[in-house]
Amino acid sequence: MTVISTDKNPEALSLTLVAEFDAGVERVWQLFEDPRQLERWWGPPTYPATFYRHEFVPGGAAKYYMTGPEGQKAHGWWEFTSIDAPRQLEFNDGFADSDGNPTGELGISHATVDLESLGQRTRMTIQSTFESEEQLEQIMAMGMEEGLKQAVGQIDSILAQHANA
Amino acid sequence: MYNQMVVDQFSETELDRLFQAFADSTRRDIVRRVTVADYSVSGLAVLYAMSFAAVQKHVAVLERASLVTKEKRGREQIVRGNHEGLQKARRLLDEYEQIWRQRAARMADILAEG
Repeated sequence: MTVISTDKNPEALSLTLVAEFDAGVERVWQLFEDPRQLERWWGPPTYPATFYRHEFVPGGAAKYYMTGPEGQKAHGWWEFTSIDAPRQLEFNDGFADSDGNPTGELGISHATVDLESLGQRTRMTIQSTFESEEQLEQIMAMGMEEGLKQAVGQIDSILAQHANA
Repeated sequence: MYNQMVVDQFSETELDRLFQAFADSTRRDIVRRVTVADYSVSGLAVLYAMSFAAVQKHVAVLERASLVTKEKRGREQIVRGNHEGLQKARRLLDEYEQIWRQRAARMADILAEG
């Protein structure tokens, strides 16, 4: 795997990441389509994600939580806003309460995933933005700010919220 | 761990101010403008459909977040981008980039299994 480029705008705080994988586009698509594979990479090893709902259709919802070393859970939701297999995928991502309902407190991020076939390889472009495209900083901000309200020593819960963003 | 770094580098108050500053589109626009050129507060006020006092308030929020500095020049108040404050924003973005780099690495590990 090679990360080809990342593009960051410090004023707008937007992020685009381009990576290439040694696998065909159909195989890479499964990393998003199959919740068992998705949960193996979405959260860090210290905070693995569990997707207990994954409606992989346009307008469908995903619900997940990330479990920390002390067993604490950070809940999140996705809404798939666009799915064009196996090339393009868009979803909104936000924080949820323990029942999986959006809290609305921490903002919504929007991710666009583009997969381009390079024969045996695949180029993936991820663009992560806030709802209005300029507002990624807010979700980072909120996630981070919320995280830092945790007691000292609960660094791991911050990790979950970061990853959640 | 990258989050540990963030905790070390930023106090909670600093972060609160920084994020509050960035949460508004007018303030983001002001930051973009004053990093490339100096503006007076009244010069900024003509750019937005809001009162001089409202713009002055936005500038004050940015000043508290250390994203801009304000300096009196004659009867004008000149607003400039604060390089150090923006560097902090960049570091935050670097942390966010690491999250996605680590995700891409985990994706590659799964793909390597076949």
